[in-house]
Amino acid sequence: MRKLALSDEILLSVEKPARYIGGEVNSVMKDKDKIAIRFAMCFPDVYEIGMSHLGIQILYDMFNRREDVWCERVYSPWVDLDKVMREKKIPLFALESQDPIKDFDFLGITLQYEMCYTNVLQILDLAQIPLLAAERGEEYPLVIGGGPCAYNPEPLAEFFDLFYIGEGETVYDALLDLYQTSRKAGETRNDFLKKAAQIPGIYVPSLYEVTYKEDGTIGSFEPKVPGIPAVIKKQAVTELTQAPYPEAPVVPFIKVTQDRVVLEIQRGCIRGCRFCQAGMLYRPTRERTLEVLKEHAYQMLKSTGHEEISLSSLSSSDYSDLPGIVNFLIDEFRDQNINISLPSLRIDAFSLDVMSKVQDVRKSSLTFAPEAGSQRLRNVINKGLTEEVILDGADKAFHGGWNKVKLYFMLGLPTETEEDRKAIAHLANAIAVKYYEIPKEERNGKCQITVSTSFFVPKPFTPFQWAQMHQPGDYLGFAKTVNHEIKEMLNQKSIRYNWHQADVTLLEGVFARGDRKISSVILEAYRQGALYDAWTEYWNYDRWLQAFETCGIQMDFYTVRKRELDEIFPWDFIDIGVTKTFLKKEWQTAHQELVTPNCRMQCSGCGAGTYQTGICIETKTGSATF
Amino acid sequence: MKVRIKFSKYGIMKFIGHLDVMRYFQKAIRRAGIDIVYTEGLSPHMVMSFASPLGVGLTSDGEYMDIEIKTPISSSEAIDALNRVGVEGIRVTGFYQIPEGKASKAMTLVAAADYELRFRKGHEPRMDWQSDISHFFAQKSILVMKKTKKSEKEVDIRPMIYQMSVNSGTVFMKLASGSTANLKPELVMDTYLQTLGIVPEPFAYEIHRCEVYADIGPEGRPKLTALGALGTEIK
Repeated sequence: MRKLALSDEILLSVEKPARYIGGEVNSVMKDKDKIAIRFAMCFPDVYEIGMSHLGIQILYDMFNRREDVWCERVYSPWVDLDKVMREKKIPLFALESQDPIKDFDFLGITLQYEMCYTNVLQILDLAQIPLLAAERGEEYPLVIGGGPCAYNPEPLAEFFDLFYIGEGETVYDALLDLYQTSRKAGETRNDFLKKAAQIPGIYVPSLYEVTYKEDGTIGSFEPKVPGIPAVIKKQAVTELTQAPYPEAPVVPFIKVTQDRVVLEIQRGCIRGCRFCQAGMLYRPTRERTLEVLKEHAYQMLKSTGHEEISLSSLSSSDYSDLPGIVNFLIDEFRDQNINISLPSLRIDAFSLDVMSKVQDVRKSSLTFAPEAGSQRLRNVINKGLTEEVILDGADKAFHGGWNKVKLYFMLGLPTETEEDRKAIAHLANAIAVKYYEIPKEERNGKCQITVSTSFFVPKPFTPFQWAQMHQPGDYLGFAKTVNHEIKEMLNQKSIRYNWHQADVTLLEGVFARGDRKISSVILEAYRQGALYDAWTEYWNYDRWLQAFETCGIQMDFYTVRKRELDEIFPWDFIDIGVTKTFLKKEWQTAHQELVTPNCRMQCSGCGAGTYQTGICIETKTGSATF
Repeated sequence: MKVRIKFSKYGIMKFIGHLDVMRYFQKAIRRAGIDIVYTEGLSPHMVMSFASPLGVGLTSDGEYMDIEIKTPISSSEAIDALNRVGVEGIRVTGFYQIPEGKASKAMTLVAAADYELRFRKGHEPRMDWQSDISHFFAQKSILVMKKTKKSEKEVDIRPMIYQMSVNSGTVFMKLASGSTANLKPELVMDTYLQTLGIVPEPFAYEIHRCEVYADIGPEGRPKLTALGALGTEIK
């Protein structure tokens, strides 16, 4: 029987002990005496969140296919166990073997959102691994970061030995092979890191030097040793259909956020919304073929026993055979009592038809993400959705029996005015008007329109990477304008409005476009108790403000400061395919309020074509579908 | 066809709560390809009910759940199929056909359960705590203050203890269980220790449920039969 790292007494006194015991269906056990490399794969948030992440399941499966590697999982202990582990000095352990991760060869940490940065330090701290990479001796695991936030790794540079820039399916094998050889040759940690830095996509922060200008911006960014690239090229899968996909994902005992089979139908997005980082990072758009998706669906449902299946991708409606995959799922699995959970789709005859097949129309809601209230601002952000399309979609849906609509917007976008904010209320009202135009006897009670706004955070590698953020006090004012205007609407009783906290936005903004100097603030805030910053109940803005002050770092430098077009950004040493020239052009086009066509209509020469795959090598239609 | 499944819960699975064990079986039944009956309606779910939820921290060799299947399958095949797709910590040990009708539902039949209780290593009282058990059991009544949500009241638990004995550190108890009368082994043990002047510690016991029984005797003349024995093996 597996021995657990925690005693019964501890496990029975913490919330949800199942978070820490491993042993789930399809979790991988190996004989550690026959293993050369032990890899701990970490999602730095609580188990239920981490277990819902597709990327880790893909890498877990891929690594464990190698006979010489045992990849195990680790998640952030919840605050109750965190306290016990500190008091009793229990080292953080991996779920499968329950062995301390400080004895592993690698600790891989996926960086999915900025607000998990203090959790990264918690993982290292509880694992009893020195927080600073520079202080790690030969005996410690190599700490490697990946995921979307690794595209600007600089705020975390001090804490990681290396970063993997790009999609995990491509060069991990090369890295693991190199590690094996290096180990056999008896090389040191530094020897290995120097060689690893030569693998495309691998960034070893300690081997690069940054100098700053007097104004605090970057003067230069250069390799400290010969033979390593000055520019790190993003790794992208060129044959997505053939890329490894987990046939038997781990099935958690407790209910997790994503408690279902997930089929990744495509990677990337053709749309080019100017605020969207994922839309640029994952270019070119690549699809999995319908045949391979069908196979994955059968295998994964069989191996997990899940009762639900869903599709995953950005802008799923753009998948070229969406009817093919959706109808397949319905025809094949509905009789087996498997729920089909649809992603949010462009509202048209097809999507309404399939939605009515798989959902209870009276309970489910329609989702639109116009992101901006006015057409002018939607042009600025390159969100090609028009008011006409939204109203037409809503009208069709209302006639089909729906009466709930969810609308998502951002506030604080570049060039945004008071009028643009008020337009959010006007659009919500116009949708309600559509509903009440339907004769009373054909309606299904009142309609419910839920408007949600989040605050825009400029992200690296987007046309808006030059955008200025606002003063802390401004953000809630924006939300108040919307709220006030909604109250003025004729149909205000049918409209509900939710908005987000503003102070998290600013910190997110600092981390997103931060440089190496930010490491000290993260460390200081963590030492003062910051943890689980993504969780409202643990978020403490004052603690962060204090940390900035203690470290002598101005938040404004990262948020409200105007960035010049020729400024060297902390992330400029990474090449994602999409060029800075293209982003600059898009930033200017945005100010002209002009829309750039999507990749399927016409190539705009963003630079992703260098990967010679996906949409970049397909014939363009030249016609628009929004 | 109505079917009763018997299983053991041990090892790490003792940390998995009742509802999650149910989820575990829903997925295991799908993986095993057992043709189970679903409820009608827009969100169909499996027809499945458990005899008696087991608390977190307890292990058991006598867990039961009832399901309904469409396509018959032999007991041995079903047991093999469920164990093949199962995890360490859950082992299916029985698969019986049971009579149709509400009266034969495991949940409504439960009348008693057997438990074994031991002290967790390092938590054993430092004095002789075993020799007085027969004396404790021989009492005519054992009054205990039972807390409910609203009030506290005095209850005689003695009639709910059918058997109690000790053998080299393991206490055996046969206790009333189910909806009419229900007694928890830790309450019995706490009460016993208090008579010895020992203050019960949290997490001191390891409790194992051995079997769950129905009472098939006529009114006033109890006859306990294991829930599994009410069904028949499917060939």
